[in-house]
Amino acid sequence: MHETRYHRPSSLDEAAKILSASADGRYLSGGQTLIPTMKHRLAEPTDLIDLTRLAELKGISESGGALTIGAATTHAEVASSDAVRKAIPALAALAGKIGDPAVRHKGTIGGSIANNDPGADYPAAALGLGATIHTSKRAIAADDFFKGMFTTALEDGEIVTKVSFPIPTKAAYEKFHNAASRYALTGVFVAVTKGGDVRVAVTGAGASGVFRAGGIEAALSSTFAADAIGGVAIDSSDLLSDIHGSADYRANLIKVMAERAVAAIA
Amino acid sequence: MAKDGIGASVLRKEDRRFTTGQGTYTDDVNRPGQLHAVFVRSPHAHATIKSVDLTAARAMPGVVAIHTGEELAEGGINNLICGWGITSKDGTPMKMGPYPPLAIGKVRFVGQPVLAVVAESRGQAEDAAHAVEVDYDILPSVTRLADALNPDAPAVHHFEADGAVWEHGQPPKNLIFDWELGDAKATDQAFAKAKHVVKIDVVNNRTVPSAMEARAVVAEYASAGEHFTLWNTTQNPHLLRVVLSAFINVAPEHKLRIIAPDVGGGFGSKIFTYSEEVVCLWSAKATGRPVKWASSRSEAFLTDAHGRDHITTAEMAFDENHKMLGLKVDTIANLGAYMSLFASLIPTYLYGPLLSGQYAIPAIHCNVRAVYTNTVPVDAVRGAGRPEATYVLERLIETAARELGVDRAELRRKNFVRTFPYQTPVLWQYDSGDYDGLLDSVLAKADWNGFPARKAESAKRGKLRGIGLSCYIEACGVAPSSAVGGALGCGVGMWEMAEIKVNPVGTVEVFVGTLGHGQGHETTYAQIAADRFGIPIDSISVIEGDTDKVQQGMGSYGSRTAGNGTSAVSKALDKVEAKAKKIAAHLLEASEDDIKIEDGNFVIAGTDKKLTLTEVALAAYAFHKLPTDIEPGLDEKAYFDPVNLTYPAGAFVCEVEVDPATGTTEIVNFTAVDDFGNVINPMIVEGQVHGGVIHGIGQALLEEVVYDPDSGQLMTGSYNDYCMPRADNLPTNFELAFQVTPSPSNPLGVKGCGEAGAIGAPPAIINAITDAIGTNDLQMPATAEKVWRALQGVSAKNAA
Repeated sequence: MHETRYHRPSSLDEAAKILSASADGRYLSGGQTLIPTMKHRLAEPTDLIDLTRLAELKGISESGGALTIGAATTHAEVASSDAVRKAIPALAALAGKIGDPAVRHKGTIGGSIANNDPGADYPAAALGLGATIHTSKRAIAADDFFKGMFTTALEDGEIVTKVSFPIPTKAAYEKFHNAASRYALTGVFVAVTKGGDVRVAVTGAGASGVFRAGGIEAALSSTFAADAIGGVAIDSSDLLSDIHGSADYRANLIKVMAERAVAAIA
Repeated sequence: MAKDGIGASVLRKEDRRFTTGQGTYTDDVNRPGQLHAVFVRSPHAHATIKSVDLTAARAMPGVVAIHTGEELAEGGINNLICGWGITSKDGTPMKMGPYPPLAIGKVRFVGQPVLAVVAESRGQAEDAAHAVEVDYDILPSVTRLADALNPDAPAVHHFEADGAVWEHGQPPKNLIFDWELGDAKATDQAFAKAKHVVKIDVVNNRTVPSAMEARAVVAEYASAGEHFTLWNTTQNPHLLRVVLSAFINVAPEHKLRIIAPDVGGGFGSKIFTYSEEVVCLWSAKATGRPVKWASSRSEAFLTDAHGRDHITTAEMAFDENHKMLGLKVDTIANLGAYMSLFASLIPTYLYGPLLSGQYAIPAIHCNVRAVYTNTVPVDAVRGAGRPEATYVLERLIETAARELGVDRAELRRKNFVRTFPYQTPVLWQYDSGDYDGLLDSVLAKADWNGFPARKAESAKRGKLRGIGLSCYIEACGVAPSSAVGGALGCGVGMWEMAEIKVNPVGTVEVFVGTLGHGQGHETTYAQIAADRFGIPIDSISVIEGDTDKVQQGMGSYGSRTAGNGTSAVSKALDKVEAKAKKIAAHLLEASEDDIKIEDGNFVIAGTDKKLTLTEVALAAYAFHKLPTDIEPGLDEKAYFDPVNLTYPAGAFVCEVEVDPATGTTEIVNFTAVDDFGNVINPMIVEGQVHGGVIHGIGQALLEEVVYDPDSGQLMTGSYNDYCMPRADNLPTNFELAFQVTPSPSNPLGVKGCGEAGAIGAPPAIINAITDAIGTNDLQMPATAEKVWRALQGVSAKNAA
């Protein structure tokens, strides 16, 4: 296996310095995608810079109507956090159903959002709740952050430090998992903001990663009920089609999962 | 009976080792000076090897050797073989394409071994393997069974070029054999007078065996004695030794010791001889150092022989009273790019003879065309041919019941075989069974009659509930050797061997030529010996898997251990018992006929004069008091060659709930009633049925090997894409029961249980889903999307 140097910096500054000094360094924040990729020799970084021990990236707090979660917080920590369960129970539930127990104890919210896997759950929550992604350089609205499959607004060397979720009036997440990988084949996050807006974010189904389902948002804005969704047309031409599910099937799942999410909170 | 004897649910002796991390698997074996082999594998489904450049790789740190196909061929190493000859109906032999252990000239599937890099560490070998440059000329490939016989499909093998001569003209390319079984004329006549004919097309989906322990090899060569030792994940060390020596010529049989340490599952995939064993043995001699290869899971997907992969059209003819008149089956079977060790057997003699099922069908004709494709070789996976046959038959009968508008259970019952022995029109002669008993029992246990109420309750919750039935027959322990080795084409005898050694202190060692790889043999065999002598199983050791210790054997597969292995043990115990009684009679000054075994003692019937087994054994070795007509020792060997196969049978009821919005199927009730003859350890047998049914759930709902039809790449090369059943796919209620009709074909009246679940479950599940969704148009695996699509079809039809 390719030789890789492992680093455990004690500050963001140090992490950035190590990265810029390395020939081909990569940040490591749980490694649930990067390590398997390295095992297959599809990535061979010279240096791995572990961000998960940085105090600056830890912690869960609530203030000003928003719940803020440090980027190095594991899925298991989010799932079991009393603060998250109280403020946004749908987010705690989502975290508790990511992958399997091993994944949940290693994977982090920052790693998940920065990786933006098209089947990951957190991007749906971030987009659905209208979160703000804080980085080592700036704050980015979720609507501007996710730029397509495995692509984000992050620049080279920019680190996600925390994610701030506005606490909604109500929210729910429904996932239809890929039977094999247990990633979301289609996951739908539905939220009603304190301002009364309905936001619906879809993961797993989009050919360009997570996206907002405008048609469903419009239908729910006029009537917030599961049966308001039935008449919405979903354009399957923008959806993924692979051995695990055709675009047509994913289009169906978007509506069914949205209906179930709405039914849970309507 | 001893408390640990036959019929007792004794906890498994081997589990103390397995559950405390003290098992020793092949990859746990490390030899001094050991090197590591890594295989350079074909990245293409079909390509010509234009050139190989090893310059960079040879210069890499730690590299000791890089082996090529040409090197092995020049060293006298022969091709891998298929050991079961099948003859086409026109009299021509099957077309076996040459399968060199390392590719020569061409590659024919993604993952085929091309070169072996041997280095000081695995990491170094992997790095060097990546530095090997192979220049390929990519050729068009065919990976889908349905395309293999198309006139414009690329030929996987060119037999003219490979030197084979076809006396009967050139058959279609990619056709390996065109085989038939049964009486075509009689079957046509039966169809001609039929009142009803029912027809179905079914696909039996291709699966990956997925043993928990991946394959591994450690090969060692001692130059002084020119002796090889091979540690290997094999289900049949002795047969492997014969193949490696007599056929592949990599080591002489008398100087090749094969050790199968703990083996972590196989499901058939560890029966066969693979390239890696051959190459590591070769390398051990070439380098003078032990060589290890351990498969990664990715390599397991790419190289372990896959299973199933059939397309079948089947028709059944009924008379006006719904009695079966005839059955016609036309199957195409994918054998992959090369013929694996038993590949030809699976879709022929393990398939066609099972098509009579539990039914008296006067005429059956089965035609099977086996084909090459640019895929991993296909061979036996749990059930091997029998699941495919059962799936065809039980879906056909369920379909018939629906089309004829009759009760599914009654249609089966009307056609059951009731008198034994029963000679089917497709070779096998059933020796025992009670199919009415099985059906009655399963219908009662599953509350078949209460289904409509449960369906109505499900409907209230928006769910579609369905119920399905499957009555299966299994055939274990292909036999007798005289028949299978002659007319049926088997290259070996299918007997089994055991040796019982009673030590001077009265402890017992059982040596047997089967090979447990998770089935609990160490416990089951010990129970048989415990039962015979009335001693605790703790004083009995069972030894398998070492050709130096166990003199001969045929291994474990096809549920043959119960029928053949226990019978060999039983026969050897007969001999030991006879000798022990002779010794006891002499010591007790009684007649041999008066000696009985009671509570672990040899007693003179009706008296209190007795000797323990220890006293008898000690006398046998401390040979002071015995006359000269008794040989010293208490150690006997026996071979058992079965007179017939055994025929386990069962009836399964599956009840499902389908979510119409997503197509998701939940198995809410699964009820299995099996007849395995006498049961030695009910707890172990229940475990086998649970595992088998879950294997069947995997095939029915989740598992499917997918190749990209254009590139020939394996799309389902990891568990991220290939779906194994997990805990939440299991039945909510899972009930098992046994019925016992002893087999008359072996001393213990046992039949075998390891594959039954995987055979009977898939049709029961699919019959339940098609019942729920109201259409028969559904193929395995019944994924949520497929079921949803079938439901869309029903809706469209209803709307039209």
